Amino acid sequence: MGMLVIGVGNTYRGDDGAGPAVVAMLRAKKLPSVRLLESDGDCTGLLDAWQNVGVVIVIDAASSNAPPGTLYCFDALSQPLPRDISFHSTHAFGLSEAIALGRTLGQLPASLLLYAIEGKTFATGVGLSQEVELAVREVVLRVERDPVQCNEYNV
Amino acid sequence: MSDNKNIIVDYLARVEGEGALSVKIRGNTVTDVKLKIMEPPRFFEALLRGRNYSEAPDITARICGICPVAYQMSAVHAIEHAFDVVVDGQLRMLRRLLYCGEWIESHTLHVYMLHAPDFLGYPDVVRMAQDYPDVVKRALQMKKAGNAIVAFLGGREVHPINVRVGGFYKVPERRDFAALLEQLKWGREAALETVRWVAQLPFPDFEQDYEYVALQHPGEYPFNEGRLVSSKGLDISVNEYEDHFIEEHVPYSTALHSRLQERGSYFVGPLARYNLNFAQLSPLAQDAAHAAGIGSHCGNPFKSIIVRSVEILYAFDEALRIIEHYEKPEHPAVSMQPHVATGCACTEAPRGILYHRYRIGDDGLIRDARIIPPTSQNQKTIENDLRHYVEQYIHLPQEQLTWQCEQAIRNYDPCISCSTHFLKLNIERE
Repeated sequence: MGMLVIGVGNTYRGDDGAGPAVVAMLRAKKLPSVRLLESDGDCTGLLDAWQNVGVVIVIDAASSNAPPGTLYCFDALSQPLPRDISFHSTHAFGLSEAIALGRTLGQLPASLLLYAIEGKTFATGVGLSQEVELAVREVVLRVERDPVQCNEYNV
Repeated sequence: MSDNKNIIVDYLARVEGEGALSVKIRGNTVTDVKLKIMEPPRFFEALLRGRNYSEAPDITARICGICPVAYQMSAVHAIEHAFDVVVDGQLRMLRRLLYCGEWIESHTLHVYMLHAPDFLGYPDVVRMAQDYPDVVKRALQMKKAGNAIVAFLGGREVHPINVRVGGFYKVPERRDFAALLEQLKWGREAALETVRWVAQLPFPDFEQDYEYVALQHPGEYPFNEGRLVSSKGLDISVNEYEDHFIEEHVPYSTALHSRLQERGSYFVGPLARYNLNFAQLSPLAQDAAHAAGIGSHCGNPFKSIIVRSVEILYAFDEALRIIEHYEKPEHPAVSMQPHVATGCACTEAPRGILYHRYRIGDDGLIRDARIIPPTSQNQKTIENDLRHYVEQYIHLPQEQLTWQCEQAIRNYDPCISCSTHFLKLNIERE
């Protein structure tokens, strides 16, 4: 079954690169039995990627008027994603749609945790804000130590 | 229905990105149509300045997650044009193959996930999947086949990294294609079924006197090169693009609008390619188009869903043909000597022609870049369609008219994340 970590976002869109940044840091750590995947925001491919996987952790940037760097964690299989958070996908078929479609078609993993990191800026350019960088490091620590623990975090 | 009305749609879903469009109606007349895009454009052009020419394919690939190959292809062709380098033979065919993968991915996403729900009366594909689970599963598998081509040649599905100016970093052995072949053969059958499926959808009557613009090549359906031609007599080399097409600011949008200097708005994308290049489609694609009832010319933008499906079929067919004739090239890339030069290129992104121009210094650094995505070229035509469509169907109930206006915009598969970022739709009836 194993674990799959998916970072959603675009590294050339400021804090939208939070998800890929988590994946890049985990890749450098070469953790055994953790598969890593980057997604650019078109999430149709995720339905296939997470089939028959035990634990899936998705990291995406979010926008909800919370302080930048705020880290949310949702158990996506047991609760609907909150409506007051918009996940910062520039594409029409984003993460929420992929989860909803996966539910309809019976294509969801056994466990699906979503980490959403409140972004500060999504303007064109490379690099994360300091607040988001801290939240990214927190997610990396959690995946290493206790990936199924789902707590929120404020910088 | 009173004489003066406002129809307001605040948000346009199922397009790539976000933005706004407002339509104002007085009596039976549309008084105002505005496609608004709110983000300052051209940041990527600024980002390219001072970077080495060899970085352009990877940087521009990040402009859009849906069509990274198109950005890479226009970038490499423009830079090769600057350095007088020609990439041909099997390297050229591998580039076509990569483009096939992107067309399959992008068109399948649009046909099934974004556009089909409009025709069947569903708010989104999730609701559609409850009644059509097998159709949606087919779409996901077809898209996966397109992804597989991009991953195979591009090095990975997202933002392919194997493309370089002059060719590729690494090229496959002939035997490496075995697994991909089976997937593509299944995909070709699924694409045939797709053409049949979309052909029976209900289509409103709507046709305008468009000027279609696309690449045209004597020997093939266009992906990477050709002359720029139009249905009203334009026939120029890509070098002459900026002599004929101009971009202008409009007060309500930060994105530039593109128009043909001589005649104004024009139409790029699948319908334009199809109407100007039908004879270059494979026999299988031509036969499927005839069976779907659209013949060699299709003037109804709502039927673009059929044309996109025919292009998916063509892309599978062409991919299989390329693989069948593949022989590993001796070198993965053509070498070149950078020098002070300017080069430009157009390639056929899924949504239409994508123009790139680069000015490069003697140190190989990019001095200046210009990128004109297809969506900004279609903006005026989208606005014109809305104006005429609303006037033609002004008697419809408000909700139905609003729905069909959104559908009319999606005919163009607008990719606002390419031209800029946010799109929201406002239709007002006074």
